[in-house]
Amino acid sequence: MEEPNLDYINELGFGDKVFINRLIAVIKEELPQEIELYNKNFNSSAFVKAAESVHKLKHKLGIMGMVDGYNTAIAYEEELKMGGSSLKSEFDILLEHCNRFINEL
Amino acid sequence: MNCIIIDDEVTARAIVSHLCSQVDSLDVIEEFPNAISAMKFLNRNDIDLIFLDLHMPDYSGFDFIETLKNPPRIILTTSDKNFAIEAFGYDCIVDYLLKPITFPRFLKSVQKAQNEKVVSNPEAPISSKPNTNESFSPMEKEMYVNIDRRLVKIEFEDIYLIEAKGDYILIKTEKKNYTVHSTLKKIEEKLPDVLFLKVHRSYIININKIIDIEDNSVLIAKNVIPISRSNRPELMRRLNLL
Repeated sequence: MEEPNLDYINELGFGDKVFINRLIAVIKEELPQEIELYNKNFNSSAFVKAAESVHKLKHKLGIMGMVDGYNTAIAYEEELKMGGSSLKSEFDILLEHCNRFINEL
Repeated sequence: MNCIIIDDEVTARAIVSHLCSQVDSLDVIEEFPNAISAMKFLNRNDIDLIFLDLHMPDYSGFDFIETLKNPPRIILTTSDKNFAIEAFGYDCIVDYLLKPITFPRFLKSVQKAQNEKVVSNPEAPISSKPNTNESFSPMEKEMYVNIDRRLVKIEFEDIYLIEAKGDYILIKTEKKNYTVHSTLKKIEEKLPDVLFLKVHRSYIININKIIDIEDNSVLIAKNVIPISRSNRPELMRRLNLL
């Protein structure tokens, strides 16, 4: 499975540790909130809103270098808009993986 | 340039703000988590440039632009490439940045804004041999199509021809062909402009896969594709003619 990484964040930070740590802290705070909202929307069958949540989460996956994960999110977002959810389990695993990664930093 | 950042995502605002801090000519005056608070601010302040997220609750980025009487230059920031064509319709939009945003791409956008250029106009001359690595981000090198309830990934660079077949389209790639329930118009919106061109009402071609052109037809792989009279000038403009 693709592994999350800090390549993008490090590249963005130009060695500025203060910025890098601040950005990681922001993601640590925002990611669980977005995951919670996504779960709430999905569990209430609000698929279009769940797609909007996935749209936000997609950016986080990209930030953590998940290129394949980002593409899965694109496909899942489109699927949700059409009322489908076959990619849910795959996407949820990605989220769990990324959330664990960022919280272990 | 005085600029503001509008994005409901804290992470995204932090990134754009940091990118701005790397450019001497940019001065971030304010950041906003939604369009409404930004509208109030813009009623009282003159701004040169807005970094604007497209997907926000209540007001989308486009809704926001519609409310502005004299919009400043705007750089769209989004995780969705599907609105690039709509962005062409706004003179104030100078560029369209796909998240996650890299510094080189950001800098290019800011330079465009400084030169007061608008989003790449489809009518404007472009390189006849586009560098596809620079023309679209790694996140948009492929698309997914729905075939028999499966979402199948197709790399843009593998596609050489797309043909309309009634209610379906036939996507021809170097590996295999796919029949998809869709229209040429819909798929055209998903394809990167730098690679693809509609040469006939029933055909879109990958211009990098052209073998030769003779009169009003183009040879791609073993397919001879007609070129309609109205599309021929655009095709000729895109070629690196000696």
